[in-house]
Parts: sequence; structure tokens; C-alpha cells
Amino acid sequence: MFPFSFEWIWDMGHMVFHGGLWYALSILGIGMTYCIIKTIIDTARDSESDSRP
Amino acid sequence: MDSALWPIGVKRCHISKFLMGLSIAGVVLLWGVVGLILCWVKGLNQTHMNDYYGFALWIWADLAVIALGGGAFFTGLLRYIFGIRELKNIINYAVLIGFICYSSALLILAIDVGQPLRSWFIFWHANVHSMLTEVAFCLSCYFGVLTIEYIPLILENRQLNKVPFAHHLAHNMHHIMAVFAATGAFLSFFHQGSLGGVAGVLFGRPFAYREHILIWPYTFFLFTWSAAAYGPCFTLLITWLTEKISGKQLVKENVKQLLAKISGWMIFTYIIAKIADTVYWALVTAPSKGFTLMDFYSNNPIYGIWILIVEIGVCGVVPAWILVTPRLRANPKTRLIAIILGVIGVCLNRWVMVLQVMAVPVLSFDTWAMYYPSWQEVATTILPVAYGVILILISYRYLPIFPQEVELNPIEPSPSETVEAMNDAAAEDAMVSNGEPATA
Repeated sequence: MFPFSFEWIWDMGHMVFHGGLWYALSILGIGMTYCIIKTIIDTARDSESDSRP
Repeated sequence: MDSALWPIGVKRCHISKFLMGLSIAGVVLLWGVVGLILCWVKGLNQTHMNDYYGFALWIWADLAVIALGGGAFFTGLLRYIFGIRELKNIINYAVLIGFICYSSALLILAIDVGQPLRSWFIFWHANVHSMLTEVAFCLSCYFGVLTIEYIPLILENRQLNKVPFAHHLAHNMHHIMAVFAATGAFLSFFHQGSLGGVAGVLFGRPFAYREHILIWPYTFFLFTWSAAAYGPCFTLLITWLTEKISGKQLVKENVKQLLAKISGWMIFTYIIAKIADTVYWALVTAPSKGFTLMDFYSNNPIYGIWILIVEIGVCGVVPAWILVTPRLRANPKTRLIAIILGVIGVCLNRWVMVLQVMAVPVLSFDTWAMYYPSWQEVATTILPVAYGVILILISYRYLPIFPQEVELNPIEPSPSETVEAMNDAAAEDAMVSNGEPATA
């Protein structure tokens, strides 16, 4: 549920429950995004160094 | 035939033997699938749940596998946050076992909710006054964490690892695994606790109800504590089983003893807290609701006082005593007895906190409500066990789960393996010289 959903109420329960959920999901999402971007860069660097004479 | 997929430097059984193992587990799995389809197509009338038992065998299995899978979060916490290096030799297996346990728990829930297509309702139309909402959030997120922890293992398969992208991804995921492990520990603390909290807040059922600290009943803390204490026992038990079936030592004795020691001290402290909680509940909480201790344990065919003695004494005090005593812990036989008792103990605790809670009469004209599961419930509860066996068989055969296996079981490597090993070592050296840490 997001704050723009019609059921949303700005109370402690909604903020704590959903804040916790988004917090955890953000860490996982940012962590995986970092891994994938770094992997793409590392792989590209590898193929560059392989193609050098 | 499939030896090119095995980890370097290890030997596996013949493919026919492997396929036979898979088939046996597959038949059991199919039996479970039949039960699952019946439940989904015909509905929950296939079960023996009723107005007394809204929670039954499935929820017990759910709570039990989640507690047993607690070895993953606790071992991860010890390895990545507290930096206990020896545990790197068993963390992969703890993660695999955790992944199996949590995926099983989600599968069981998918059957239990009756309409799995509406599972997303709990996220979108969340009841923020329910501990089970927190459980659903944390359980789903933690399953994501376990998947993230399991992916690098898959990518380290001998052939997959030759793909540069897979190789780098596994390496980079290992590099920030502490972040995922810390998130996993945070999520586990809350969902393990809330599963206990669900029982502890039932003020209409004095058998389960407990006093609170702020909004959290004591059962919240006891459930988290017991999962961290007994989870490693399950990891050690499955490791022992795998060693017996494969006929090899896969993890060094010092690693097993260390995990057993940590588990032992956790059980020791937990069981003191559990005894204190039980005494307070028996002498203060239950009488304040008009009940005596023996009201919960008499005049019924199953739930005698023996269940309390077995749970706390035989399966709590005894394994704690064995595992904290260096001489008994060092003896593989007594250690095995302790970890088996520990696993039974935590399962029994979850049984009591789910099933006995439902069985105890709460009204003066009521009687004990007994429950016997239908075959569909039994089949769908055994289904995850078969699924777990299959996943362990495949993972053990093709993935480098046990880092010490090569050292403990040396074999003459084939020439192609020697070349691969040298290439891998050169690649690792190149990474280290570039300033990147070697793969954990």
C-alpha cells in the first residue's frame, strides 16, 4: 500500500509497518542494483582488456 | 556423464544412483502435489480444520520450518556481522537449508490461504493492527534475502562461473553480502518474534496469553531466541545426514563444534528464560484469568503434563547441558543426541503454541477439542520435505556448497580440472592485485 492509495491513513501503524517494508525492500533493491551495475562495468572492462593486442 | 558440472576436485555418485534418489523424492513430491491440487480445486473442506482449528497442521509446519530455518539468519549474523571466520565453511549450507525452509513455509501458506491468487491483498490492503501482517512482510522480504544469498552459489557452478557476467556477479554479491545478512537478521528478528507474538496476545486463550513488554508479549522474544538457538542444531543435523548419505566428511570438526557451542549457549540462556516465563505464567498469569496449571494438562487423551516436561526438560535442559559441556560436545554421539533433541524441542514448542492453544477449553461448558489431520494435510506437509531433499541433492551435486570438501576428501584431479583450477587461481590473483578482494 502506498500513501496515495485510498485506504492509506497517516497514522503510526501505517507509517511503521509500511515504512519498515519499504526500508527493507529499498536496501535489497539498491544492493542488487549496485551489484548488477558493477558487474556490467567489470564485465565490460574484462572484455576490453581481452580485446587489447 | 555430467561430471563437467561437478565442483572442481570432488567426486559424486553415478548419475543413475542420483536419478534414483531424485525419483524416490519425486514420488513423495507428486503425492503432495495431488493433495495440493485437491485443496486448491475443492477448497479447504479437504482438511480437518474446523471452527476450533482455524490454525492446524499447516501452521504448525510453517512455524516449525521457520524456526528450523533460523540457522540461516543466525549463522549469517555470526559470519558477516560478528566476523566469525570459521563459519564460512558451513554458511553456504545454512543458507541452502534456510532457503528450503522459507520457500516451504511460503508454499504451505499458499495452500492455507485457500485463494493464493489473492495473496497480494496482504500487501495492498494491509491490516496494520495484525502481527501476521508483519510476519507476511518480513517473511516475503527475508525469502528475497535468502534468494539473494543463494544466487551466488548457483553462479559458482563450474560451468556457469566461466561466463564472465556470472563470475563477476557472484563476486560482487559476495562483496556486499554483509548488507544483505544484516537486513536478513533485522527481518528475521521481527517475523520470528511476531509469530510468537500472535499466540502471546490472545487474551481470550489463557494457555497462550503472556504478559507484555510495551506491545510485545514475552512469547515474541522467546520465539526469536529459540529460532536463533535451535536453528543451528537443524543445520548441524542436516550436515550430519548429508555426510552419512554421501559417506564423506564435508565440514571440519572444529567448525561443527563451534556452531554446536554457540547453539548450546543460546539454548542454555533460552531455556532459563523459558522456565522463568513458564513459572510466572503458571503462578501469576493463568490464575489471574481463573485457571490453574493442571487445567491445561488434564482430562484429555493427548496433552498431559508430560508434554511440558519433554519440551522444557528433555528437549531443552538436556541438549543445553550436553552442548555447553566441552567433553560431551566433543563426542560426536552425544552431540548428535543433543541436536536431535533440540530439533524435536523447537518443533514441540511450536506444536504446543499452535495446536494445544486451540485444544484447551476456554469456556466452562466447553470440552477439549482434538484434531487429526486429513491425508491431504499430511501429504501437503510432507511435500516440502521431498522438495527440500531434491534441492539438496541437486545443489550438493553441482554447487560448491562445502568449501572444505576438497581438502577433507582429496582425489587425483583430472588434467582438465588441473588446468581449470590453475586458471581460477590466476583470475583470483589478478583480482587481488587489482585491489579487489577475493571471493569469500
